[in-house]
Amino acid sequence: MIEDVNMLTNPIVEISGLTKIFNGLRAVDNISFEMYVGEILGLLGPNGAGKTTTLQMLLALTTPTSGDIKIFGLDLERNREKILKEVNFSSSYVAMPYSLTVMENLMVFARLYNIKNPQARIVGLLKDFEIEEIKDKTVRSLSSGQITRVCLIKALLNEPKILFLDEPTASLDPDIADKTRRLLKKIKKERGISILYTSHNMREMEEMSDRIIFLDKGRIIAMGRPEEVRAQFKGESLEDVFLKIARQL
Amino acid sequence: MKIHRVLALVIRHLYLYKRSIPRLMEVFYWPFLDLVIWGFITIYLTKFKGTLPDFIAFLLGALILWDILFRSQQGLSVSFLEDMWARNLLNIFVSPIRPIEYIFALMLVSIVKLLLASIVMVIFAWLFYSFNIFLLGLSLIPMIVNLVIMGWGLGIITMALILRLGQEAEVLAWAVAFLFQPVSAVFYPVSVLPPFLQTIAQFIPASHIFEGMRIIISGGGFPMHDVLWATALNFIYILTALVFFYWNFSIVRRKGLLARIGE
Ligand SMILES: Nc1ncnc2c1ncn2[C@@H]1O[C@H](COP(=O)(O)OP(=O)(O)OP(=O)(O)O)[C@@H](O)[C@H]1O
Ligand SMILES: [Mg+2]
Repeated sequence: MIEDVNMLTNPIVEISGLTKIFNGLRAVDNISFEMYVGEILGLLGPNGAGKTTTLQMLLALTTPTSGDIKIFGLDLERNREKILKEVNFSSSYVAMPYSLTVMENLMVFARLYNIKNPQARIVGLLKDFEIEEIKDKTVRSLSSGQITRVCLIKALLNEPKILFLDEPTASLDPDIADKTRRLLKKIKKERGISILYTSHNMREMEEMSDRIIFLDKGRIIAMGRPEEVRAQFKGESLEDVFLKIARQL
Repeated sequence: MKIHRVLALVIRHLYLYKRSIPRLMEVFYWPFLDLVIWGFITIYLTKFKGTLPDFIAFLLGALILWDILFRSQQGLSVSFLEDMWARNLLNIFVSPIRPIEYIFALMLVSIVKLLLASIVMVIFAWLFYSFNIFLLGLSLIPMIVNLVIMGWGLGIITMALILRLGQEAEVLAWAVAFLFQPVSAVFYPVSVLPPFLQTIAQFIPASHIFEGMRIIISGGGFPMHDVLWATALNFIYILTALVFFYWNFSIVRRKGLLARIGE
């Protein structure tokens, strides 16, 4: 399998000994992992496990207390601008200026990333996400699920090689969440992009992720294919594993 | 510095005014109201004080120039708050943008807003009170440039403080310029201040500009000395402000506050 060759030879993100201490609290505690080209890697764990903090360090929003982050083989802190051109981020906790229309907002980000033919690209993505009809509506008039999708479109504008998503499906209804997952999988397959994402939806984790990383109190307590982690903890489902870990450790 | 990134943000902020009447009011309404009220007050006062013929000119000139400083500071800090309120800062800072590009974009936005507000004030000062600010002539240009730059300096410091202290520090966006007003000798000469405030005023760029304005209005020629002082001070102000901003930005990144701002 080509994918497996890539997986063995092409780490696109390399993290070693990553630690973040906030006022004595070890939010992320000496974690190391790699992410491979074309892989969907799911980050899961209880509230406060350190998922968001990890993502923020990967986006250079938060500086690590110690440890190394390499993306595309480059040190993140020293190559921030170069790396951020090729990645993107979305989350259910970001939004966009309310008094601008969807199109205006997306055009701003298209300019920010210097995208060629922005209009065509935006319309294409709006179609993919089935929200073409809201293009001239102001963000204020959208539902939270629609805003989430607009933010996801923003995250795809620059054709990122890596997508960082923090609870991307949190405010979507089951139907739209399902469609979004399919779309992300499709994009991953067609363009070979890598996705690192977090979610509290264990079914989604199993369905989406090539591999998962289980974080608890800032530490990695399990890592591998979903079925491997399930077997390791003798759980019937990932949800089962989650409950076992969250309640026992 | 990548100009496409700067322009993207300028356009983002100008879009805001396309559909928002309250924001447009902020640009036009307050300067207009300021002018009306102060204009009538000065007319009223001059009825009693025939001995101060330049009184109206002093006050209206001061009012217009102060508004320039205030707005250039606001242009930065309020635009920054807009991004914070819209929960848009993360979208911006996960892009390859550099902090200096962000600041530069907001400076351009502040110039646009300033031009609009100034046009309104200048026109109405002339229509209502026959006060023609252009009588100050070309000397007006270095004075305005200095006020704008001091406003930017204060604006950058305000942004840094809001970044660092969070939403509670929002009020600074409106307050910081006024903190400097007493020692800026806007409506009165530096000489009326008590000695220790006079010393402080020496180190405020704006005080030199307002002194200079009064020199021009009373026919004393171009206040080269004051303009040079203001320029030198401003150079230090803007550099200090940028260093202060970058220093706070790195602390904010260390404390992981960038993602939490506005919450
Ligand atoms: N900026 C910060 N300052 C201080 N403590 C922080 C900060 N950010 C996160 N923390 C703490 O670090 C720990 C990890 O938080 P983080 O947001 O990474 O968890 P999470 O796994 O994303 O949780 P959730 O599932 O609730 O989103 C928590 O205890 C949190 O309170
Ligand atoms: Mg989180």
